[in-house]
Amino acid sequence: MHIAEGFLPAPHALGWTLVAAPFVVHGARCVVKEVREHPESTLLLGAAGAFTFVLSAIKLPSVTGSSSHPTGTGLGAVLFRPPVMALLGTIVLLFQALLLAHGGLTTLGANAFSMAVVGPWVGYGAYRLVKRCGGGLLPAVFGAMALSDLATYVTTALQLALAFPDAESGFLGAAAKFLGVFAVTQVPLAIGEGLLGVLLFRVLTVNARPELVRLGVLRPDPERAEP
Amino acid sequence: MRRHLVTVLLVLAVVALFAVPLLAGGDSEYAGTDSQATELIEESRPDYQPWFESVFSPGSSEVESGLFALQAGVGGVVLGYVLGRLRGRRLAERTPAPPPVET
Repeated sequence: MHIAEGFLPAPHALGWTLVAAPFVVHGARCVVKEVREHPESTLLLGAAGAFTFVLSAIKLPSVTGSSSHPTGTGLGAVLFRPPVMALLGTIVLLFQALLLAHGGLTTLGANAFSMAVVGPWVGYGAYRLVKRCGGGLLPAVFGAMALSDLATYVTTALQLALAFPDAESGFLGAAAKFLGVFAVTQVPLAIGEGLLGVLLFRVLTVNARPELVRLGVLRPDPERAEP
Repeated sequence: MRRHLVTVLLVLAVVALFAVPLLAGGDSEYAGTDSQATELIEESRPDYQPWFESVFSPGSSEVESGLFALQAGVGGVVLGYVLGRLRGRRLAERTPAPPPVET
């Protein structure tokens, strides 16, 4: 999902930067507020950031014969709501743009919009939807992780199609081409990311119960409640 | 016991998901989708010139993969630290405090 440095025409690069900026600024304020009001959240915030840091560094093979990396933004979106991930995801992208020549400064806005804004919000939406339909916590987490991953790559494909429409078939033709590269490869990775999210949440529900209850992810357990 | 079984099965499923394409995929090069997209742009718009260069590029692919490993390593250390602290806290809550030592 990293659009390479310089590979968006300047108006697009500027436009996506302007679109993503308010989300990132709002996200930064949310992180500061969370840490100030609930210092005990810092550990889990660190875990959410670290999860994205690990997963976006690992390129995995897919059945299509190409490789790609997961995003890991669904975890923080479920725990702290999506705005927090707008900041954490952008920090990861900035790190990769500056040190790894992966993505870029001119494409940071577009990449942040797909990975740090659309992904977390779609994942959070899936999480709420599964829970509302009576699905348990773990299926909801699976949906959040898998769809935040997939939605990020679909967004990148659409951003590229918008910037480079096909000479004959226009935006739709280009979208089909870029989706063919990004979306299909991503399906097994999204499933894998969903399973990893379930694994992590199984650990968190046992060991971070008080935090998850406060964040509204778990219901207070009446048996364990203090009298 | 059942809890551990589910954990093992989940881990195996993740491993299988990425090992199977590698084993069954034959001699594919597993090019990254990011670079495939870049190639697609260069094919369909040969006249497009990237208008900005990366501020810093790792000199070789070895250095690059090292930096990616560093990124994953740092993330893994932080994640492990958090999970370890949370688990330690729970275990400490479960064991009663030792009786005061008389001197």
